[in-house]
Amino acid sequence: MRARVLIRPKAGILDPQGVAVERALPALGFGGVGNVHVGRLVELDVEDESQLDDMCRKLLANPLIEDYEIQTVTAS
Amino acid sequence: MKLGVVTFPGTCDDVDARLAVAKVAEPIALWHGDPDLHGVDGVVIPGGFSYGDYLRVGAIARFSPVMESVIAFAREGGPVLGICNGFQILCEAGLLPGALLPNKDLRFVCRQVDLEVQSTATPFTSTCEVGDRLSIPAKHRSGCYTGDVPSEQVVLRYAEGHNFNGSQDDIAGVANAQGNVMGLMPHPEHAVDLLTGGSADGLRLFEGMARVAVA
Repeated sequence: MRARVLIRPKAGILDPQGVAVERALPALGFGGVGNVHVGRLVELDVEDESQLDDMCRKLLANPLIEDYEIQTVTAS
Repeated sequence: MKLGVVTFPGTCDDVDARLAVAKVAEPIALWHGDPDLHGVDGVVIPGGFSYGDYLRVGAIARFSPVMESVIAFAREGGPVLGICNGFQILCEAGLLPGALLPNKDLRFVCRQVDLEVQSTATPFTSTCEVGDRLSIPAKHRSGCYTGDVPSEQVVLRYAEGHNFNGSQDDIAGVANAQGNVMGLMPHPEHAVDLLTGGSADGLRLFEGMARVAVA
């Protein structure tokens, strides 16, 4: 399958990238923007999708500071 | 007595770390792809940008062959000091609590900082007294410490006005519960000679490491 892993800063963890983007948008004239968070996207082909969760916990995300969400792009 | 200094692809402070170690012990160069620790009595993981800091700082280095041996060495009580990127790697390896986030203002900062010793229950700070001030350079982009760490494992804090990266509770360095593994963001290996370091306060951490490693 082709999988997509979305990784975002955990709630309550300092997210200076999100804050910087949130401040930059009004400066460009985009109002009414809040709660901006910047994360990472990993796309990968995997033969055994049951390993994905383990991959996320061990390498793709750091569970201390990040949440992850696994999506299916195309089922094999 | 021998202290190993690990080099990963992207490490840049291994030479200074070996020079610092040479003032207190015999420095041994360790390579990321070689799991053999060559009988060292302690290990220094120096700063830099191991594996390009890809994915997350320290995330890839943590799985290198040498780290498997360093993790086993640390679990047996061997002294391990992680500096800057080395601190990030030890956190990723689960040897130290917490994680390092990008600095609060997202800038790479290089400056001298004052640190206050919070605990002398580690080999590295055994040459210090609680409350001692150490002047040591810091240079990093991801040094904002966050973590669930018991206060007795906080070894160093930034002095008032010196926490430029936004670290939780001004934490600059932490140890594991046993005290044999310590990480800090500032660079003691760059402060071992008054001629170039602005201070030689960093040497005290290496002296402490050597003193306990030989015991």
